[in-house]
Amino acid sequence: MSFPHRHLLGIEPLEAPDIQTILDTADGLREILDRPIKKVPALRGKTVVNLFYEASTRTRSSFEVAERVLSADSLSIAAATSSVSKGETLLDTAKNLEAMNPDMVIMRHASSGAPHFLARHCRFSVVNAGDGAHEHPTQALLDALTMRQKKGRLKGLRVAIVGDILHSRVARSNLWLLAKMGASVVLCGPPTLVPPGIESLAPVTYRIDEAVEGADVVMMLRIQMERMSGAFFPTTREYHRHFGLTEERVRRARKDVLVMHPGPMNRGVEIASEVADGPFSVILDQVTNGVAVRMAVLYLLLGGSAEAAT
Amino acid sequence: MSRLLLKGGRVIDPAQGLDATLDVMIAEGTIEEVGPRVQGRGAQVLEVKGLVVCPGFIDLHTHLREPGREDKETIATGTRAAAAGGFTAVCAMPNTDPVNDTAGITRAIVERARADGAVRVYPIGAITRGQQGEELAEYGDLKEAGCVAFSDDGKPVASARVMRRALEYAKAFDLAIIDHCEEPTLAEKACMNEGPVSTVLGLRGQPAAGEAIMVERDVLLAELVGGRVHIAHLSAAASVDAVRRGKARGVRVTAEVTPHHLFLTDEAVRETGYDTNTKMNPPLRSEADREAVLAGLRDGTIDCIATDHAPHTVDDKKVEYDHAANGIVGLETAVALCLDRLVGAGLLELPYLVALLSANPARVLGLPGGTLAPGSPADLTLLDLAKKRQVDPTRFESRSRNTPFGGWILKGWPAMTIVAGRVAWKDAR
Repeated sequence: MSFPHRHLLGIEPLEAPDIQTILDTADGLREILDRPIKKVPALRGKTVVNLFYEASTRTRSSFEVAERVLSADSLSIAAATSSVSKGETLLDTAKNLEAMNPDMVIMRHASSGAPHFLARHCRFSVVNAGDGAHEHPTQALLDALTMRQKKGRLKGLRVAIVGDILHSRVARSNLWLLAKMGASVVLCGPPTLVPPGIESLAPVTYRIDEAVEGADVVMMLRIQMERMSGAFFPTTREYHRHFGLTEERVRRARKDVLVMHPGPMNRGVEIASEVADGPFSVILDQVTNGVAVRMAVLYLLLGGSAEAAT
Repeated sequence: MSRLLLKGGRVIDPAQGLDATLDVMIAEGTIEEVGPRVQGRGAQVLEVKGLVVCPGFIDLHTHLREPGREDKETIATGTRAAAAGGFTAVCAMPNTDPVNDTAGITRAIVERARADGAVRVYPIGAITRGQQGEELAEYGDLKEAGCVAFSDDGKPVASARVMRRALEYAKAFDLAIIDHCEEPTLAEKACMNEGPVSTVLGLRGQPAAGEAIMVERDVLLAELVGGRVHIAHLSAAASVDAVRRGKARGVRVTAEVTPHHLFLTDEAVRETGYDTNTKMNPPLRSEADREAVLAGLRDGTIDCIATDHAPHTVDDKKVEYDHAANGIVGLETAVALCLDRLVGAGLLELPYLVALLSANPARVLGLPGGTLAPGSPADLTLLDLAKKRQVDPTRFESRSRNTPFGGWILKGWPAMTIVAGRVAWKDAR
């Protein structure tokens, strides 16, 4: 059975079996990373372009590693922040890339919907590596893979997502994924950072203690410092006191709670260092799983089948 | 002496309470007689049996883009689009380059319209110099040159003090101030309506309350100084409510709504996968807002339908959603959309719609026309209610194609427009 999608624009358009397939494939491929020779010829002759309009260390290098392990030919373009007034338009850049016949473009862009625009106008497969505040599908998949590894299941897990929900593509992708896979999500953040209507997707609380209570997973989101000037909250000190994850708060969760963070972290703001580096933290497992999930996505979209994954 | 006789049409003239099969005699660019079996007396006779004959439709809100952005639209192409869409007059918004804030620019527009225009063009002057929201433009000079109202459309007048002075000062010339209502600090960097859809799409939204705050302010200021305010492209339920309460108190407030706010909601942004032809300002709102503006239109709170025709080049639209220009073209779809989705859907009676497009806009700004009473300018719009056709942007007369309505199949289309007794456009398809 081949994967029924050409693009990965978000989690929202996927069905639960699609997600299952990606996670199963990732589980199968993950083992390659432990081999002495970390390379398989699965995508030999395929060309992949990493087109990053926003700074990214983790996501970009993770895709690059995945491409190399699968023997795809890849190149990475760190495009300057897109500006309509100067430089080339997104469409012109995409059309120029298309003329070189790549099989896939992986794009990160500050504009929500930019990958959809690319998919509409170009022939290659598009993978969304984060678009504005819309979606970051491979992040949600690697988070799910981590949860599944550690907990053995997704269904029935109680997951608290805490922080800047308003600006977070990670939160949106995770919401879709966890809902489709039968986990129950509670959202938490200051009311200024909780977007309107989100309560129709998951319950919202403004009290972190309530969110964390009995949680199987606590996922913290990065707070951007410039939010203070937008009057979203007064100070990082106050944020940490009322919405930060401390050791004391972790104790309210289940004894085998997983603490997650998509990175980069602001230590002492949304998460205390003792928690980030503590026994419940799976933050670095997330990174390893990121490579596996991206290998699976590349493999499935570029024509591999789930059964032949290893 | 040039005479034209329209024979056998269904004549609807809301201003005179007419809806009957009648003949219309036009002489020297004015309506001479409307009645049964009018004699030809040497006139050119047009058989219009099966068509509806209305006072010419007037669009209070058109962006003709000339001067400055002739790559998007010119007075020639924009007025041809108007004629093909059933409009015999358009009010040209002043956010051109340069801004129409001085009499010299107004005169240039008037002259160009006289030379190139397929329909009448009534320029709207800026409220403030350069639309900067600070110093008032010269309303007296602008009126003498041909301006029929003042607006900083595209931008709100942020300062309540400046708005107050504009409403006050315009009283000396008995002209209305048209406001684009948007509380600027609530709309920063927004590219759609704020709500559940913007949340899912991850796009920055502006709340409907941002519009309503300014509508409330404008109604209070018009009340304070006894000025005339017209609310442009009203889109929010709370704005309808503000206008309704203002009217009940006797405030001189009027309002318009666009077809896109009547027939689309912010769900269109999601359904089309970020199609930039769903991006406009004010943005497409929620279903509750849409229902409220429709109710306001039906109960008379909203006075008229205006297009907010906003042509843009492909380059301005074929970009990331948040970078795309705001606005859509509307002149060539507005009438057909209203005939199909309002009259055809049983929401409005045809004579009521005709009033919303002719008598009412004429009354709002005190423009000539809007009626077929003898002595009125011979501006007429003829409709073919039976015609069914798909919206085909490639056949637009407008220089631009930015519409979300391409492919819609609509029943009821304009058949002919007559301006000053001359046929300005006739459906050749």
